[in-house]
Formats: sequence, structure tokens, C-alpha cells
Amino acid sequence: MDPALLVLQTINGLQLGLLLFLVASGLTLVFGILDFVNLAHGALYMLGAFICASFTIALDNFLLAILIALPLTAFAGFVIERLVARNLYQRDHLDQVLATFGLILVIDTCVHIFWGPAGMAVPLPDWMEGQVRITEDIVLPTYRLLIIFTGLVTAALLYWLVNRTRLGMLIRAGASNRRMVGALGIDIQTLFTFVFALGAMLAGLAGMLISPITEASIGMGNNIIITAFVVIIVGGIGSMKGAFIGAMLIGLIDTLGRSFLDSIFALFMSTAAAETSAPAVSAMLIYIIMAVVLVLRPQGLFPPKVR
Amino acid sequence: MTQGLSRSTVATVILLGLLAVLPAVFMAMDNEYYVGLATRLVILGIAATSLNLILGYGGLISFGHAAFVGIGAYAVGIPVHHSLFGGFQIVASNNGLFHVALAVVISALFALITGAICLRTKGVYFIMITMAFAQMVYYLFISIDTYGADDGLVIYQVSQVPLIDLSEPLHLYYLAFASLVAAILLVRMIVNSRFGMVLQGAKGNPERMVTMGYNVYRYRLVAYVISGAMAGYSGALLANYEGFISPDMMDWAQSGEFMFMVILGGVATTLGPILGSTLFTVLEEGLQIVMDWMEPAVEPAYVALFGRDLEFEVYWHLPFGLILIFAVLFVRGGIMGLIRGGKD
Amino acid sequence: MANILEIDGLMKSFGGIKATDNVNLAVEENELHAIIGPNGAGKTTLIAQLSGQQMPDAGTIRFRGRDITQVPAHARARLGMTRSYQITSLVMGMSVLDNIALAVQAKDAHSFRFIRSARKIASLRDEARRYLAEVGLADRADAPTVNLSHGEHRLMEIAIALASEAPLMLLDEPMAGLGPEESAQMVAFLKGLKGKRTILLIEHDMDAVFALADRISVLVYGHIIATGDPASIRGNDDVRHAYLGEE
Repeated sequence: MDPALLVLQTINGLQLGLLLFLVASGLTLVFGILDFVNLAHGALYMLGAFICASFTIALDNFLLAILIALPLTAFAGFVIERLVARNLYQRDHLDQVLATFGLILVIDTCVHIFWGPAGMAVPLPDWMEGQVRITEDIVLPTYRLLIIFTGLVTAALLYWLVNRTRLGMLIRAGASNRRMVGALGIDIQTLFTFVFALGAMLAGLAGMLISPITEASIGMGNNIIITAFVVIIVGGIGSMKGAFIGAMLIGLIDTLGRSFLDSIFALFMSTAAAETSAPAVSAMLIYIIMAVVLVLRPQGLFPPKVR
Repeated sequence: MTQGLSRSTVATVILLGLLAVLPAVFMAMDNEYYVGLATRLVILGIAATSLNLILGYGGLISFGHAAFVGIGAYAVGIPVHHSLFGGFQIVASNNGLFHVALAVVISALFALITGAICLRTKGVYFIMITMAFAQMVYYLFISIDTYGADDGLVIYQVSQVPLIDLSEPLHLYYLAFASLVAAILLVRMIVNSRFGMVLQGAKGNPERMVTMGYNVYRYRLVAYVISGAMAGYSGALLANYEGFISPDMMDWAQSGEFMFMVILGGVATTLGPILGSTLFTVLEEGLQIVMDWMEPAVEPAYVALFGRDLEFEVYWHLPFGLILIFAVLFVRGGIMGLIRGGKD
Repeated sequence: MANILEIDGLMKSFGGIKATDNVNLAVEENELHAIIGPNGAGKTTLIAQLSGQQMPDAGTIRFRGRDITQVPAHARARLGMTRSYQITSLVMGMSVLDNIALAVQAKDAHSFRFIRSARKIASLRDEARRYLAEVGLADRADAPTVNLSHGEHRLMEIAIALASEAPLMLLDEPMAGLGPEESAQMVAFLKGLKGKRTILLIEHDMDAVFALADRISVLVYGHIIATGDPASIRGNDDVRHAYLGEE
């Protein structure tokens, strides 16, 4: 195993993990507080990517585009909450799943109509394009390090928001006891709308950050949402800590599995057999991890205290 | 109640009657396209009927049903592929009975393994986990180059079965139709049996069923396996109808469509799933026709605005999604609820 | 007389609050043993541990001499204990008769029977009707459960307990929410069961408890402070102080 490759792939794994955290944290917040299953969360990730791509091209400034796209995705979340989600909080999960599935179809098609079927490449400013030389052999792309940095800062801000502010206290109280927060005279509807828009913005940010690497494309949200589900199932639904640790775990395992599983398999089977079986196993790896976690801890690694 | 029952009985007779007669009429009129459409409707109806067993009667919100259908389809595609191009001698075969056996056994096995894990969890965990396992199968087949990875695989030969020729549209149709009737009767029998009573009791009040002495987990697991096996069977038919298999058959949007059929048709009703698959097929077809019809009117403006051609074939998802949202928000009890009239 | 149920050193806490604090209790065969205590004393938590829906942190539960502490709830039911719920717990989407028939059917070795229609099996339906008649709900058999009144739901809970034919019945506040007339009816009914089944009765209605119980245990803050016949409980200073005095 090449140590330089190992470092690079670990960085890639961390990067994926942090993006997953941004998506999963919104998902787990919305579920924890609103008891609402939002399949369309991934569509907001895609929407963020497309909005950012358009502004990047129009303004020729990636950072400015992100700053504009963030409130716009939050606004998209706000509209969805007001028009659809709000009417479903009192319904069972089945209705929520079905309606948000409909929402995905609507958003995907709208994106298709406005941006066309092809993906959109997002150009990076020159200073982000470069590479950072750590040692003689280890060279890391600047942009991926920036994603990791942004992800960590966002995670820290989120931690501060949820654990250190009055708003965060309400969010946590709302997650464990909705009626009580309502009884305290706090406008629970506004709190819900805020949380929903916040979740949308976080998902959108993840989409914006990844778009220079993968392009903004239709269906990108549907791919990440299931992985984000795996993350919060492993971490424990409703738990921010679980979402973070679950995301890092899944990000690393998935990335490293895809790169190194064949060499690991080759240790105890023929190279040919390893090369055929490794892709199949690495495709299933995170789901196998999920299954193992569920067998050992059906509520995930960090089940929220009150449910 | 009795009036509602008789109304749904009438609806059953009419719908099954139409399905029994219409395709032959279409064929006589040389309209093969509609025979194909009816075949698809009926096959989807079988899958939806199987989902209704666990979702409708068992209250288990499975969002991974397309995986079983996909496994069933690959259980036809893989043996046919190897029988034509060699390799993997154990499964290489074009024998339809073998295909069906393989489809049923493998999907039942998959249901047993994943169900054993999924059913340990409740509520939203269950929804997400069934979804995740289906996605696992999806990615598994994407990673296998031998079977075309994400491009899928053309099935160059239909399953060979005694007496009938599945490459004949009507033969395939009537096999599918007979299978649908059998599936409906099977689910009806299971639901009314002692097993079915336990399953439905566990939907209404699992804790009470446990304190009565029922091992709810086991009953649900058995239902899950039966449902998975039936869906696998429908997948084998679907592969023969499409003549093509690909991982897209198990995409979670497909699972969502099966849920749409069951829920919009009418959860936990005998006929709901077929009404649902009919509604789905009609919407899919009808909305595309409407879209085609609108195209000339909208296209010039669109081209002027966006500088590219319209791709109307996918836009039917927009009205479809809106209908879905509105139906969830405003229609309770599905089509069967409407037929029965009022609350049920 | 032999003990049908023996509870030894049972402990259960939720986030630092001891809901069950070292409970020791022996219930004799065929006695009607009442557990009383102020709200929040941990009565329902105790029942949940006995029926297996909650697992104790420490201690043992023995049923007919067999340690069942680790036995899951459905298996305990099959060993011969049944419970009713303080908050009515029925299958609302089914008919009254279906609910009771499920309890009758639960006595079969298993219900993995797929062919015959359960509603056409005369033995199941007849037996279920018998239990409905016993609690006076014969004419409501075919009604949807959800249409019945609260009092009738309480009676259904009893019919389910009867249908199980379990020697040990754990009844969690069967009188909860009943009017005076319905309560009197329930008391009379439970009186008729005395000596035929062992009943562990949790109840707030003191008149009912003192009229029915062979023995009474007083649970306060998860701990049993006294056990004895009604007369001795009535005369117990601790009990007066901790519980009866407050009412």
C-alpha cells in the first residue's frame, strides 16, 4: 500500500465525511425536532449546487456565489416548509415519505427545465486550484483541504449554536419535548421553520462545496440522501454527535474501502479473485457496516436520550 | 359498510373483467402497444399487491420493494446471459421454471436476511433501512461489469416455459394476468387466515400482540419473506416483458412508485394495488401524451429563453409529483376510499 | 400456599430516578393481591417489568419457581401470565370479536396457519363470544372496537385477560375512568374471579381495593413499605403517614 495514496484517500474520506455531516445534520435536526422524514433533503443539496454554479459562472466568483446561494437555498427550504412540510407534521411517516417523494420529482424536474439535462461544471478561482506539498511524496489538493476546513468550521458553529445559545436550547428542548416548548409560549411554528431552513442551507452548502469536484447534476441529491440516511441510522436518529461521528465513519470507510479493499483482499485470495470481488464488496461496505451496527445497537451508536 | 363492500366488489369485477378482455381486443385491432402497456400494468400490479401485504396489512413501511423486483429480473437475465455466452455453468439456463424458482428463492433469501435486521427496528428507522438495503443491491449490480454495470443487460431470449411462448405478447400478458389473479387470491387468503389476523393485529397494536403471547417479530419476518418472494416473481415477468434489465429497476424512485400504487390505490384493500398500478400507468402514459401535445406551443418560447431544446419525455414527473403531493395532502384512503364513499 | 410469583430485589431507574427500588414481593397462588401507592410510585413500571416490556436493572422475577427475568414478553405470556393496560390497549381497527379471538388464538402452539379463514373457525369465534358474554359485551361482538365506549373498552381488556386463561392476571387500574356504576360492576366481576385466578391488581379506587384484596402491598417511591391483609394495612402507621394521610 502506497503511504502517499493512503494519506490522500484519508483526506478524501474526511472530506466526504464532512459533506455527509452537513447533509445528515440537517436531516437529523429536522427529524429530531419535527419528527418529519424529509426525503427531499437531498434535492436541496442539488439545488444549492445548481444555484451556486449559475452564480459562479455569471459573476466569475465562486466565493461570492456561495454567499448568494446560501440564503437562497435557505429560502427554498422556507418555501417548502410553508407550502408542504408544515401540513405534514401531524401526519404519519408514510404520508411524509410519499409527499416528499413527490417533492423530489417536482424539484428534479424543475431543475431539469431550468438548467437542462447536462451537469454544470463549476470553475474554481486559481488560488484554490493548486496543491499543497506536505512532504516529498505527499501532495494534497488545496480545494479538498478547504472543504475539510469549511466543514469543520460549520460543524463547530453548529455545535455552538445547538449547545451554547438560547436558540439551541429551544431546539434541543423541542427535540425532546415539543409540547413543553409550546407550553412555554415559544412560537413553535417559527422555530420549526427556522430549523427547516437551516437544514436546507446546510444541505445546500454541502452541494455547493462538492460541485467544483463533481459538477452540479440532477440526481446528485438522490445519491447522497441514502448515504446520509445510513449515517444517521449508524449515528442514532436525532443525535448531532451521532451524525458527526457516523458521517466521518461512513466517509472514511467508503473512500478507503473503494481504494484499498482489493489490496486487502489480495492478502488472502488470488489477485484475480480480489479484483473481481473487491468492487462488489466495497459497493456494499457501508450497508454492511450499517447492518452490523443495527444488530449490535438497534438505536444506533448514540441514541438520543428522550424519544 | 355493506353498501361499501358491494361497491368495491362491483369495482373488482369490472376491473378484472376489463383486464381479462381488453388486451385480446387490442391485439385483434393490431394495437400491440396497448397490450404491452396492459402487461406492464398487470406486472406492476403483482409487485404492488405483494407490497400491500406488508405495507397495507402489516403496517411495515418498506421503501425498498424495487430491490426484490430487480433481483427477480436479474434471476432471468443472468441465467439467459450465461446460457447464450457461456460461463457460470451452474445457473446458465433458459428454462423459465428455473428462472422463476431462482427469482423466488433468491428474493425470499434476501428478504429473510435483510428483514431479520430491518424488523428489529421501528418507525422511521425501518423506512430508511429498507431503502438503504435496496440501494445496496443497486450499487452491487452497478459494480458488476459482467452484467453491464449501470448500462444493464439486454435479454436476447425470453424464458422458455411449457405450452406457451413468452415472446408472443398475448401469451405473456395472460400469464401475467393469471399470476395477478393468483397473487390477489393468495394475499386475500393469507390476510384472512390466522396468520393474517396476527399480522393485522400487530399493525394496529404490536405491544398488545406481544403481551398476548405472539412473537410479533417472527410473524412480520414471514410476511416480509412472502412479500419479497412474490415481488421477485413479478420481477421475473418484468424482465421477460422489458427484454432488458438494469440497476435502474431497483432505484429507490421505483420503490417510491410501488408505494404510490399501494397507497393511492387504497392501503389494505384487495383491489387497491391494481387500481394503483392502473392509475400509475394511466398517469405515466396520459401525462406524457399531454406533454407531447403541449410541446409545440411551449417549445419556441423555451428555446428562446434557455437556448436549448425541450426534453419533454421526462417532464411528466412534474405534474406527477404535484398530483402525489396533493393526493397525500387532500385525499385520504386512496381510490378505494373514494369508491367506497366517505370514511372507512 | 405456594407462591406463583416471586420478586426479589427488583431495581429499575430512569436517568437517576429510581422507579423500582429494591422491590421484594411474593404473590400466592389464587390470591387477589393489590398494589396501591400514590401517583408516580412506580406501579405501572413494576407491571411492565413483570410482563417483560421493560427489563429491570437488577433483581430476579420468578414465575412458578422458574427464573423469567430474561424471558421476553411474548414468551412470558405463553408461560401463563396476562396483563391489562391502564390506558386501553386494543386493536382499534378490528372488531370487538376479532380482538378477543386473537387472544383465544394466542393459546395455540403457533399461528403460522395460512389457509383457513380465521373468521370462519367456529371454535375460535365461539370461545371468544363466550368471554364477551362473560363480561356482558355479547351484543357488541361485531361492532368496530373504535366505536365502543371507554367503559366497554375496559371490559374488553378484561375479556382478553380471561380469554388467555392465564393463571396470573396483572391488572393495571381496570377501574380507571369508570363511573360509579361501571366500577361497581367491575368490582362484582373481579369478586367472581377470586379463588379461580391469581390477580395482581393495581388500583387507585380504595373502596374497590379494600373490598377485593386478600392482601395489599403499598408502593411508595418505588419501594414497598408494607404488605399485609386489608385490616393491617388500614392500621399501619407508615402507610397512613406516607399514603393514606395524603388523600
